[in-house]
Amino acid sequence: MRSLILLAGTAVAAGLVLSSVSANAMTVGFSQIGSESGWRAAETSVTKQEAEKRGIDLKFADAQQKQENQIKAIRSFIAQGVDAILLAPVVATGWDSVLEEAKEADIPVVLLDRQIDAPEDLYLTAVTSDQTYEGKVAGDWLVKDVGDKECNVVELQGTTGSSPAINRKKGFEQAIAGHDNIKIVRSQTGDFTRTKGKEVMESFIKAEDGGKNICALYAHNDDMAVGAIQAIKEAGLKPGTDIKVVSIDAVPDIFQAMANGEANATVELTPNMAGPAFDALDAYLKDKKEPAKWIQTESKLYTPADEPMKVYEEKKGLGY
Amino acid sequence: MTSSKYLPLITTIAVFVLAYLICIAQFPSMWSTRVIGNLLTDNAFLGITAVGMTFVILSGGIDLSVGSVIAFTGVFLAVLLQNTSIHPLFAFVLALMITTAFGAFMGAVIHYLEMPAFIVTLAGMFLARGVSFLLSTQSVPINHPFYATLQHLYFKMPGGGRLTLIGITMLVVFLVGSIVAQRTRFGANVYALGGNIQSAELMGVPVGRTTIGIYAVSGFLAGLSGIVFSLYTSAGYSLSASGVELDAIAAVVIGGTLLSGGSGFIAGTLIGIFIQGLIQTYIVFDGTLSSWWTKIVIGLLLFGFIALQRGILWMSEHGSVSFRKKAAA
Repeated sequence: MRSLILLAGTAVAAGLVLSSVSANAMTVGFSQIGSESGWRAAETSVTKQEAEKRGIDLKFADAQQKQENQIKAIRSFIAQGVDAILLAPVVATGWDSVLEEAKEADIPVVLLDRQIDAPEDLYLTAVTSDQTYEGKVAGDWLVKDVGDKECNVVELQGTTGSSPAINRKKGFEQAIAGHDNIKIVRSQTGDFTRTKGKEVMESFIKAEDGGKNICALYAHNDDMAVGAIQAIKEAGLKPGTDIKVVSIDAVPDIFQAMANGEANATVELTPNMAGPAFDALDAYLKDKKEPAKWIQTESKLYTPADEPMKVYEEKKGLGY
Repeated sequence: MTSSKYLPLITTIAVFVLAYLICIAQFPSMWSTRVIGNLLTDNAFLGITAVGMTFVILSGGIDLSVGSVIAFTGVFLAVLLQNTSIHPLFAFVLALMITTAFGAFMGAVIHYLEMPAFIVTLAGMFLARGVSFLLSTQSVPINHPFYATLQHLYFKMPGGGRLTLIGITMLVVFLVGSIVAQRTRFGANVYALGGNIQSAELMGVPVGRTTIGIYAVSGFLAGLSGIVFSLYTSAGYSLSASGVELDAIAAVVIGGTLLSGGSGFIAGTLIGIFIQGLIQTYIVFDGTLSSWWTKIVIGLLLFGFIALQRGILWMSEHGSVSFRKKAAA
């Protein structure tokens, strides 16, 4: 038993030495929801890259879609004494008490890609995209692209009732308001999936005189657009020329379609939420600079002019 | 025989102490009141329902419904507190009455219809989960001021750790559970049922009443666990606590209770809970390991403990056989 204690003692001492070596680097805990979608996997790998770039020691905890695991992880981060915590919350409610503990321990918390229902003083800031703005960027592109020509648009909506579906629809409608030559003639949900996107597009084409009346497709995400491109090809039309395709997310596959001239534009939902978060944390921890409560990520528009194959190669390895 | 009765418990404690020492050796900050406080608070809901599960497994049964009952209780409380103005304490009593009755009902079905507990509680699991979806498919927040009061009840330990109300509740449940198991007629009956149901019957153990009682206790504790869970997350969500029944069973087995019933201790389950919590804490402290390692390590530990139980059983049988041979010679 004595040798065991001795062993533990030396190990503790060794551990102390080790931890003092890396003491000057910032340690950040990241509680991620899980890896339920390609985008989320990409967010995880980009966060790890961004941390490495800045020399941040990132502690990563995958919650396997469970809030209790996220709360446990945050508590463990606090116990560990990290410098800051990133949280991509799985649900909006139930964070108050654990965030209060973090606040008491003076550990700033930054929310990634989703907002929560909690008093604003419990977190430093939230880094998210503006979904309405994403829809608007897509709409603005179409308005500019068609000019004064008549254009009938079909819309593939996201999952009914989900906030990205509602907001991306709203933003697009805002953009085309006042341009009477552009009309949404059909709009239906494709559930954000490739197969549903293809199915619904097939029915659109049938209903609109074999697709001759359709000038453009607006899909709430790239996956549905990729499915719809397949349907357009099968109907004997040329996607990208006969029917213009504009969508949102900027996943790697849409860049391949763009390189083949089958898609016209996509608006990026960036997986790099951590970059702006680390910048805000840096400014806060070093200079005590309070960031705004909401940091909006850039919603960048990509067209075939942006070297789609190059972007594809960059994004391919991120886990989409 | 007495030494082999305690052997699984002693092994569990040894595994825990060793694991904790390894953790501290690598991350000295794991030796803090914060980590210990977190172990209690974060695992309170699992621990409470695992006490009920220990009773069920000691009697030779199984209860797969507890995870769903926890979710149901949370959603029930959230919906009730959102739509009516009744006091949370009254809502707690209502929830506990429902879950206890639900458990007792399952016990009655198991006993009178002579159905396997596995099937009956599987049905109970679907039923409770389904009803919670019926109440609400979305996460319903609980904003009652009484909840805030309960959440702010804690002792601050030196070093910043918190001994929270729900952590204390779990410890009390374990204490009461141990006393009931070791010192009461009901407890003795549970062990007797798990040992051998026929001989228990012959010895005059009221099998029906005890079976119903066991599942009622499990239902009650699952309800209490649901209350604790709703305090933990301040919300009721029909998708929450999925798979908790399996974590609870794992804790019971790692805690040294024989899956076939009749042998084990409530206190062992507490250590089983701590071991699971410790693995999760270690993985977060490390920060690079996949969190699925929790499941892998738990799986390996389970295999280890089942093998250990088999070994003890084999040793005691083997021992008695050779003893008989000697006596014959």
